This record gives sequence, structure tokens and C-alpha cells, in this order.
Amino acid sequence: MKMKLIGALAAIALLGACQSGDENAAASGAGSAANGAAPRPGSQEDLVANVGDRVFFDFDRSNIRADQRPVLERQAAWLGRYPQVQVSVEGHTDERGTREYNLALGQRRANAARDVLVAGGVAPARISTISYGKDRPASLGSNEEAWAQNRRAVTVVR
Amino acid sequence: MSLRSPFLLTRRHALFGAGAAMVAPGVLSWPLMPKSAMAQGAVIDITRARTDPIPIAIPAMAGASADAQRLGRDIANVIQTNLRNSGLFRPVERQAFIQSPEAAAATPRWQDWRVIGTQALTTGRVEAQGDRVRVEFRLFDVLAEQQIQGTAFTAPAAQWRRIAHLISDVIYERMLGEKGYFDTQIVYISESGPRDRRTRRLAIMDQDGENHRFLTDGRFQALTPRFHPNARQIAFMSYLRNEPRVYLFNLDSGQQQVLGSFSGMTFSPRFSPDGRSVILSAARGGDANIFIVDLASRRERQLTSGGSLDVSPCFSPDGTQIVFNSDRGGDQQLYVMGADGSGVRRISFGNGRYATPVWSPRGDLIAFTRMAGGQFAIGVMRPDGSGERILSEGWAMEGPTFAPNGRVLAFYRETRARDSRGGGYSSRLAQIDIAGFNERQMVTPSDASDPSWSPLLS
Repeated sequence: MKMKLIGALAAIALLGACQSGDENAAASGAGSAANGAAPRPGSQEDLVANVGDRVFFDFDRSNIRADQRPVLERQAAWLGRYPQVQVSVEGHTDERGTREYNLALGQRRANAARDVLVAGGVAPARISTISYGKDRPASLGSNEEAWAQNRRAVTVVR
Repeated sequence: MSLRSPFLLTRRHALFGAGAAMVAPGVLSWPLMPKSAMAQGAVIDITRARTDPIPIAIPAMAGASADAQRLGRDIANVIQTNLRNSGLFRPVERQAFIQSPEAAAATPRWQDWRVIGTQALTTGRVEAQGDRVRVEFRLFDVLAEQQIQGTAFTAPAAQWRRIAHLISDVIYERMLGEKGYFDTQIVYISESGPRDRRTRRLAIMDQDGENHRFLTDGRFQALTPRFHPNARQIAFMSYLRNEPRVYLFNLDSGQQQVLGSFSGMTFSPRFSPDGRSVILSAARGGDANIFIVDLASRRERQLTSGGSLDVSPCFSPDGTQIVFNSDRGGDQQLYVMGADGSGVRRISFGNGRYATPVWSPRGDLIAFTRMAGGQFAIGVMRPDGSGERILSEGWAMEGPTFAPNGRVLAFYRETRARDSRGGGYSSRLAQIDIAGFNERQMVTPSDASDPSWSPLLS
């Protein structure tokens, strides 16, 4: 039987405890780096401060814009310097869509970013992808500026 | 499990048949002998009731003890709220009543009820029997001076709300000639915390917001729950272990299990009308295709393919067709195909993008979300795409779900953030009559999204 019984809440507590890839922690890490201490090479803070951890998309699109491609190329080079680092690419959308479609769109964006990293020489096994759709905005406003910030793929060190 | 009980009779038997019937675990009902001439009662057309709600008098039910009287009042209040919220009934103010509830429960004095302008009258008597309660209920046509329904219920005292909902459904059905939707539940996503770090938990409640409880503890994000046709199982999407997948949640055991062995994200699940399979979307690379998973064998079958995003599939109630959302034509539109994936055709041709299609349990309509001109709207169209009507429009709303009688839709509505910290944002459940009137916000403890309406529980 293929199905896996996850069990009651006790089991979930154990399994669900590790939520990796918190980009907010990464952002605050960047803040502490600015306060003096240099970020540890190969860390999320290093990626954010010296490479750029995210690329942005046009409305309802998932193609990598020409102005965003260099960020991913720098990420690929950076990953080349730290071969032990594994990353998750998180795809997101703005709030001007429906939840289920946006989950698919976020996945397509994460995948598009991942493809550029792979083309840049990063082994596919080092990259996982995940979509949060419209459910984890980076900017909380309801305007064009916020939506542009939220249509993104974020590379997160695992 | 109640559905497998050999004693379970259909609702129709429970209302009209002879002898006692179990209508829910522990809830028994049987017909009462009429106290006056028995009649079928005049069935009022729903279209007429929308413009001219049926006046109905619902006095507190009588009782011998103080406890029984309190319960009699509570039951009458639940019935009154249900019927008023439907928009199809107009409960008459109790201060206007001339005859006392006790006297009416014995013998209605017709002119006392006619003179206050009511068309229907309910009476009832509540009796405590240890830890059980017995409720006698009668419905009268005041103009015809006839009883049109008499039913007695017994149930564990803790289930008194259930009796009130069953009685509400009886009244709705006898007066309007169609089944009601009050003995039902809503499963939905309870949301709390700032929007960039939202906690999203599976929660369930009665259709009127009572008996609210959480099904998951918020340690992982839960989205898009949908009821199984037997109302004892829920399909939903979970981010457990950071792997977004469709899970099944068993309401009797509280256990969850992942559905299928897909390597990527699975989402937007819905049960087939026979409850034997789940249709869902599965991401492969950058695409999303529709699959059907047989629940007994766990075999997966792919129904759509190609480089598009195919999401939000929903079966027609007869199980022969599937409506879904796809960007295959360039932007989000609605498509219908056979249950085996054959004969795909586009049905939405209006202005804007269309999403989240759901087929009415009556089969006559498909409800959807439309995005056009910077606004979101909830609407309905016929399954061939004709007769599109917008029911509600605003900043953001989506995710319609039909009440089991196909007469009411629940959905969720969001308000626009007014500052860069997300202040002023809210997400709330709402419901609306499919004629586009009587929109009401539903009561939840905090922000809410993704409602799914259960079938009738009995």
C-alpha cells in the first residue's frame, strides 16, 4: 500500500516543526550584517547582501525578464563557489489572482528561476522548488509597488 | 459510522414515513398525529419568496420545567435565525403575538395568528428525558387552518441545535417545495497573524457559525479544504514537511494521510460525486495538469497534458463532466471536458479572466470568480457558458461553494490594505442567494478563506 499514514496531531507536531526557508529571517540577517559583522560566506545573509536573493516578474508572467537574468547568473556563480550549499527556490505571486491558480503560477516562476541556475552550471539535485502562491507576500500593501515586490522567486539556502 | 447503519432511513422517510427513524447518530424522529385537518400545504415559489418573504410565526416552544422552557426558547431562536438569514422568510416579531406559546402548542386560535399577518405558524413542546430531549414540532398553514407537518424528535440534550436545524429544513421544504440547507457544516481556513507570516488552520463549524472547532494546530499551512459527499472526510492542501500536497482528513479519527505518490506539488482537490475518487492538479516542472486518483486502488490517471496551468477541477453532479480553469488560451478561462479528459471546450467568453469554477449540485449552473477592470466578482453561468450573471463584485473575492440545495453560495471576500503594513486588510466568509440578493457576512472567530459547504448531514 502506497499511502502513508501520517497519524494524529502528535506525529504532525514532530514532522511539521521544521519549517525551512524563512525569507524573513534572511532579511533580518541582512540587517545584522549591515550593523558590522560580515555575513558568513555561503550563508543566506551572504547571498542577500552580495548577490541578491530574488528576481521579479511581470503580472501573470513567469518568463525571466532580461533585467532579472543577471541576478540568477550571479546566484549560479555564487553557488559554484559553495558546492555544499543546497537551495530552495520559492515562487510567489501578487494578491490580484485566485489562490489555486497562483499556486501554479508561483511554481512556474520558481521553476523558471531554477532552470536559469541549472543552465548556469548548478546541479539540479542541489535545487528544490516550492510555491506559496499569493499567501506569503513580502510587501503588505495593496498597490502596484507592493505587487511588483511580491511577484518574485526567492532563492533560500537550506 | 452513521451512513452504514442499517437503521438509517432517508430524510424523506424520517419526515413522512411511519414509525421512528434515525436521522442522525442518536437523533430519532417520527410523525405526529395531526391536531387539525392535515394538508399538503401551499408550496410557495422561491422566486416569489425572494421578493415577498413568507411571514412565519415561531413562538418559543413550550415546556413543563424552567430548563425545558429555556431550551424551547433557544430552539425557536435558532430556527428563526436560520429562516430569516435565508432571505425567503420573514419571522413575525414575537411582541405581536396574541396567543401564548403554551396555548398555541395545545390548539392554535387561528384568528389570533391571522390578524398579525402571519401565513405559517410553528408550535412545539420540549420535554427533558434524562440526558435526552424530546421535541414535538408542528407546522400550520394559518390561512387554510390546517396542520401541514408534525414531527417528534429525540436526541441527546447536547445535540439540541441539530434538532433546530432539522426542523428548519422541514419548514423550508414544506413551504418552498425544495430541500433546505440548515443541517450542514462549513469547513474553511481560519487565518490569523500578519499577512506575510499568516497562520492558516483547517476549521469546521455549523452553517450558522456555531460549534466551531479547529482541525489542525497551525504548525503547517493548510489550504482549500473540500468535503467528501459523506461529510466525514475532507480533502485539503497541506504544507506539512514543506512539501505542499493534497491530504485526506478523516473527521471521525482525526487522522490525515497524503494522497497519491506525486513527486511535485499537488493542489486544488475535489471529490467525485460518488466519493470514490479525487480530482486534483499536479505540478510537473512548470506545468500543472489534472489527475484523478482512485481512492480504493490509489491509482492515478492523467486527464490533461501540455504546457498550461490546469487547475481547480470540479465534477458535474452526475459525474460525466469536469469543469476546470486553464491558461491554455493565453489567460485564465473556464473549460469543460468529459470525465475521461476528452472533448475539451472553452465556456467562458466574457470580459476578463475567469477562475475557481464549481458545479451546482442541481447541475444547472457553474459558479466562478471573474477578474476584470481591477475588480473581482462572483458569478454564475450555465454549463454551456450562456446566461452569465454577476452576483457580487468588489476589491477581491473568490472561492464560491454551493449549499447542497444549490440556492445559496458561500465564498470569501477580502478588503484592500490601506497602508504598507497591510492595515485594513481582512478576509471574511460571505454568502449570497444565487439570484444575487441577501449577501451576508458569516461569523468566524478571525479572518477566514476557502469555505466548503457540506452536503446535508442527514
